[in-house]
Amino acid sequence: MEWSKLLSARTMTVDASVVEVTLESDLKNVEVAEVITQRVASTAGFDEGDQHKIEMAVHESMINAIWHGNKNDATKSVWLRFEIFRDRLEIRIRDQGNGFDPSGLANPLADENLLKVSGRGIFLIRTFMDEFRVEHIAGSGTEVTLLKRLSSGAQPKEGGTDGEHESHSSSG
Amino acid sequence: MSMKATVRQVDSVTVVDVSGRITLGEGCSQLRELIRDQVSKGNKKVLLNLADVTYIDSSGIGELVSAYTAVSNQGGQLKLLSLTKKVHDLLQITKLYTVFDVHDDEAKAISSFEKAAGA
Repeated sequence: MEWSKLLSARTMTVDASVVEVTLESDLKNVEVAEVITQRVASTAGFDEGDQHKIEMAVHESMINAIWHGNKNDATKSVWLRFEIFRDRLEIRIRDQGNGFDPSGLANPLADENLLKVSGRGIFLIRTFMDEFRVEHIAGSGTEVTLLKRLSSGAQPKEGGTDGEHESHSSSG
Repeated sequence: MSMKATVRQVDSVTVVDVSGRITLGEGCSQLRELIRDQVSKGNKKVLLNLADVTYIDSSGIGELVSAYTAVSNQGGQLKLLSLTKKVHDLLQITKLYTVFDVHDDEAKAISSFEKAAGA
């Protein structure tokens, strides 16, 4: 996929350490989110293996947001926010759905679930990321937060903030 | 980039060369239809060649499981050939690596079906 396909984004904001994008809730935008994720993860200093893990976690989160959260309704949106810190990457993905309880999910590694067709998405996200949180935002939707720590020694290629949520605002 | 699959017959084994993305949507439904089609034709020895699969997600893994079950339920066998590292790692993480009979060499994979059939 070409970087130019990002023109399909409804809104996009980029600065040194934060990328925010709002995408139409359509499965075709899963690949758009993957491209952005790969770029951001590379910039944050993750190696190729970790970049792929983060990309897969975002892929699965996008599928959940579009398919389960927004019920495949393309008039709805999925909002993504990537923030690069010196020691970690935080990704937030928000849909307009009613949320879900990740503690209620069956263990896909249990013998009786091994040959089930579905139920591995959240498991993969948890496997690939260091932290995974789900939050229902009243009147707004469901937000998942994915966090991946940089191993010591890896450094962001550019940008990256020391502090918590330094105020950045720019458009373009 | 979507999924592509071509079917060829090697002796009594149906080899399916899959390439591209096996992900939720088109990729998964294409594979499902193809396997159903082969099973309905009575092709019960199926070898999925995944050498050129660039991306597989949780739905794609589910589709491999579904294909395995569909063929097994008809008394057949579905095996996997030439996993990329990404697919290999995913099958290990999901504990499915031991469920599937996985091969690296096509000729050996084909002959493994013959042995099973003659047993």
